[in-house]
Amino acid sequence: MEQLAQQLMNGLMLGCLYALIAVGYTMVYGIIELINFAFGELFMFGTFISIAMMVDTITLFGRPVPMPGLSFFLAVPIAMVAVAAMGVTIERLAYRPLRNAPRLAALISAIGMSIFLMNFSQAIFGSKQVFFPDVPIFTEAGLAKSLTIGGAQVTYLQLFVVFITVVAMVALNLFVQRTRVGRAMRASAQDKQTSALMGVNVNRVIAITFIIGSAMGALAGGLYGAVYHFARPDMGFFPGLKAFIAAVLGGIGNIPGAFLGGLVLGMIESLASAYLPMGSQYRDAFAFVILILLLSFKPSGLLGSTVSEKA
Amino acid sequence: MATPGEPMLRVDDIQVFYGNIHALKGVTLEIEKGEIVTLIGANGAGKSTTLNTISGLLRPRSGSIFYQGTDLLKVPPYQTVTLGLSQSPEGRKIFPRMTVKENLAMGAFSRPKQDLTADYERVFALFPLLWERRTQAGGTLSGGEQQMLAIGRALMAQPKLLMLDEPSMGLAPMLVEKIFEIIKEINSQGTTILLVEQNANVALEISHRGYVIETGSIVLSDNAQALLTNPQVREAYLGGA
Repeated sequence: MEQLAQQLMNGLMLGCLYALIAVGYTMVYGIIELINFAFGELFMFGTFISIAMMVDTITLFGRPVPMPGLSFFLAVPIAMVAVAAMGVTIERLAYRPLRNAPRLAALISAIGMSIFLMNFSQAIFGSKQVFFPDVPIFTEAGLAKSLTIGGAQVTYLQLFVVFITVVAMVALNLFVQRTRVGRAMRASAQDKQTSALMGVNVNRVIAITFIIGSAMGALAGGLYGAVYHFARPDMGFFPGLKAFIAAVLGGIGNIPGAFLGGLVLGMIESLASAYLPMGSQYRDAFAFVILILLLSFKPSGLLGSTVSEKA
Repeated sequence: MATPGEPMLRVDDIQVFYGNIHALKGVTLEIEKGEIVTLIGANGAGKSTTLNTISGLLRPRSGSIFYQGTDLLKVPPYQTVTLGLSQSPEGRKIFPRMTVKENLAMGAFSRPKQDLTADYERVFALFPLLWERRTQAGGTLSGGEQQMLAIGRALMAQPKLLMLDEPSMGLAPMLVEKIFEIIKEINSQGTTILLVEQNANVALEISHRGYVIETGSIVLSDNAQALLTNPQVREAYLGGA
């Protein structure tokens, strides 16, 4: 019983991290039908830039460079801004020129971008794992501060991850549903030409979508680093793929769906690796099993669009 | 800001291509303030291409388009609507996953921070059915309702020049008459109208002037009454003698 509660808590936190990355996939897919595989790498840069802001010196291109040593709570927002800037730049250079090309061309460009970013970060930060510093408010004498809820050890950091994710998701949903820019985003997702006729600058809307998706990915990166205490150039690969699966699971193009998909995926992964025989060795495989089952039985995802559309 | 003596809209010798296909071969037309002007022509003659070029969705290879003294070819497509030029596109193109009310709000996107109460009232007065459907998703409306929504949405921009692309397409004859009555009413409220229609008879009856377009060129231009009685036009577009 206690182990179950513990696994559920772990799954919840993991699911939140997936959800934050999944939002980027789902929003970008919703608007330009592109799977931006580079979100996994933007997540990784989120972790690295957070570290860089938090430490006093870091090794860049093999040379020690003095760094500001900021608090975690300043470092992560800075990483979000920097990664958002990377996200719009990528859109501008790698995707916008291919906007009217066959969709496969943009997809290949996205895979290329992902590989490039992974190697670029290796050139900057080196291929070795970099330690993510402790966040003082969440630790005591080197150990994570925690409390016991229903028999499960819940760390303050886990609670913080869940809290921040819920706040971010609610804010994002309100933004998309209630604001003028959000409405322009939904309109552009449905019909770009007609949106332009209404006065929507569609290129700007797409850029904003990349800004939001990239910033969310960087936020996930900062939180992930605080939880797992490392950064590595290839760390974005699996979380990126799994977040993509989470987005498909929830119904791609659907923001609440990305949240739900992330949580479901995190829970399943956590429970399956704890309870299935050899589960923990295969933990990365469960997401793909889910993807295969999903595509066979409910390809539109859990909250996929069901509105019938007349031509 | 318009020079006196200048028409509200002047399209001069525009050449438009889709890849290698020469779609418009020098279309020239003028619209005076307050008019209803109809562009009639067969399928593929270039009617919608003309409208889409005026609103900026397509760019001509040569020629010019001036609207109230502004060179429209220098204006990005999403800004033409802020100049008072609004289009109800071919095939209605309503936003299927937005409610009727949200579709109308999108129509007023170019007018941020303005009170839209009177505009909603005007649209709902013209199309009472839309009021009943206001919380329904656009994609669930019938064809006729979608057409009303498309026109209502275009009106929300408070256009000075309203371009309507095939407003009667796919509608029952009763509804067609109703839609054209409403177009006339919109015009009498002060909006200039450029109408594209295959249903030439009804369209010319409410119009002041008309142009006939054939394979990308204007072949005839006259006042509406003259076009209605022109034997060639009757033969080709009005269902025989």
